[in-house]
Amino acid sequence: MSDDRNTRETAGDQTGTGGIGRRAFLGAAGAVAVLAPGLGLAAHAFEARPDGVPASSKHRWGMLVDTTKCKSNCHVCVDACNKENGLYEEADPKDTAQYIRKLTVHDPDTGYTHYLPVMCQHCTHPACVAVCPTGASFKRADGIVLVDRHICIGCRYCMMACPYKARSFDEYTEKNQKWYNPRGLGCVEGCTMCAHLVDEGKDPACVTACNKTGGGAMVFGDLKDPTSEISKRVATEQTTQIRADLGMDPGVRYEGI
Amino acid sequence: MKKIEYRELPAWTPGWWALMIGLLVVMAIGLAGALYMETEGHHVTGMTNQIVWGIPHVFAVFMIVAASGALNVASIGSVFGRDAYKPLGRVSGLLAISLLAGGLCVLVLDLGKPDRLIVAMTHFNITSIFAWNVYLYTGFFVVVGLYLWTMMDWTKKRFYKPAATLAFLWRLILTTGTGSIFGFLVARDAYSSAVMAPLFISMSFVFGLAIFNLILLAVYGGSGRPVSPDVIHRKARLLALFMAADLYFVVVQHITAIYWPSRDPVERFILLDGGIYTWLFWGVQVFLGAVLPMALIYRCKQVGRGLLRLVSSLAVVGGFAQVYVIVIGGQAWPLELFPGQQISSSFADGRIHSYVPSAPEIALGLGGIALVLFLVTLVSTALPFFPQALGNAEAETPAVGEAVGQAAE
Repeated sequence: MSDDRNTRETAGDQTGTGGIGRRAFLGAAGAVAVLAPGLGLAAHAFEARPDGVPASSKHRWGMLVDTTKCKSNCHVCVDACNKENGLYEEADPKDTAQYIRKLTVHDPDTGYTHYLPVMCQHCTHPACVAVCPTGASFKRADGIVLVDRHICIGCRYCMMACPYKARSFDEYTEKNQKWYNPRGLGCVEGCTMCAHLVDEGKDPACVTACNKTGGGAMVFGDLKDPTSEISKRVATEQTTQIRADLGMDPGVRYEGI
Repeated sequence: MKKIEYRELPAWTPGWWALMIGLLVVMAIGLAGALYMETEGHHVTGMTNQIVWGIPHVFAVFMIVAASGALNVASIGSVFGRDAYKPLGRVSGLLAISLLAGGLCVLVLDLGKPDRLIVAMTHFNITSIFAWNVYLYTGFFVVVGLYLWTMMDWTKKRFYKPAATLAFLWRLILTTGTGSIFGFLVARDAYSSAVMAPLFISMSFVFGLAIFNLILLAVYGGSGRPVSPDVIHRKARLLALFMAADLYFVVVQHITAIYWPSRDPVERFILLDGGIYTWLFWGVQVFLGAVLPMALIYRCKQVGRGLLRLVSSLAVVGGFAQVYVIVIGGQAWPLELFPGQQISSSFADGRIHSYVPSAPEIALGLGGIALVLFLVTLVSTALPFFPQALGNAEAETPAVGEAVGQAAE
């Protein structure tokens, strides 16, 4: 495990007390990177996966969302996701794909309202993968759940099965697609946890945006790495999985709900 | 038992041409609707990211469920040894295969990528009930095909009983698989339940027999072949019995869910304040589709053709409503990400989802029905599927003659 331990432990040490420390660290790191590119640190939170090397079960990528820092009028995570993945509002908003959305949760008994982003929860036991007839819905060894658009037949059974409403059906011929996120008319799509960025050793776009211009509510990392920030916080703080009762063991955890 | 004489349907008559051309036109319109949906994308349909399965699935599920039920008539004759049903075995098998073909065509043409059917045939995810169903559906064609062979080829008579038993078991497993498509959806409160499998089996009994009756009445009325009143009465009583079984499982389905506090909201939605779904459930599915026809059948000492046609039609309408409430109504209720909390989002979380079927979707579904009727007519024109007479025709032909006359009028 130690051989695969990513370089995030430095960042984790700096950000263990909250988002401000993390942002300060990233800012300083960015400056160092600009001034001394040869050092090549910081912008990459963890090691990139080299080409030709398959995803490894030694990692379990996950997210932690601190809902107490997620504000009602902030949508930077959603905007960043749309931009990164080439999503845009279709002619009919009802048919528009949403990889991530902001949810308002109101407790009718206490009157307490809070806000949180919901995306594919990248479950350990994903219902979408279990029901997919062709295996187009699949889980990488490192826990990222994806759709293989080459063999998705567009049956939408995964959309019926997902408890998180994390999948969208591509109902339009898409334009301006990103090479790393090919979108297919008649295929199902959803959050990829920005696998293309993760493979480069970077945070998903939503997490980067949240920590850059949002409330600093999101943390991404390796749940199997005990030194990662996410692992430490999951180990020491009260975190929750949405619909944990269903037993799918989501890789996205929440604080404050 | 006397020898049963089977005859092909008379072809090339004006009525035959009118029927076949009419069915071909409906099929062509349905195909055009499917092509339109495929090339434009599903945004031209009423389906959304909330209601992901629409009216084509209602048609498809209805036909697939009815397919296995249509085979019951043959099974009652062969597996359970009721001689009165044996002459109808061939029609029963033919209708079963045709209904399955119609349902699957609609299902496939509603895929986002119908051109990738070959992918569905070559890539199997063993944990998917959908993938299991691909085997079950394909196997159904083979098994019922063999069953028909043993019925039509007397040199294969020794295989008749084993083939009949295999077909009966296969149809039970097939409908279990279809029901489990919904039963295995643990995320959706309207579905996730083991009762979906037996419920679908009971539904298949009703749908299949009702469609069988309507086909039988149409063919025998149209061609003037005699049918014993006893056969008519027997079919009606059997249909009423199946309706009671369906109703029983519907009660179990909802009572079980109501007992589960987290499912109260969705049950309240379907049963009390779900608008169109509540109306369809009580008004069409329960009253028109079960209570009324059962009352009509049981209060009648001798059910005639007219009443059998009426109750079978009601069963079809009620059954369609039942599938609509299950498929669409179940999706209209939003997913419960935070049970007990009020949620909202730009993705319609926490809201009742609306659905209005579009013309191409409806055309596709009707095209599937037309395909079923086309196949039944075409095959029974080419091969002897329908008995020349049903029941004690000699003794009862006069009465039947009158009935045929009335039907013709």
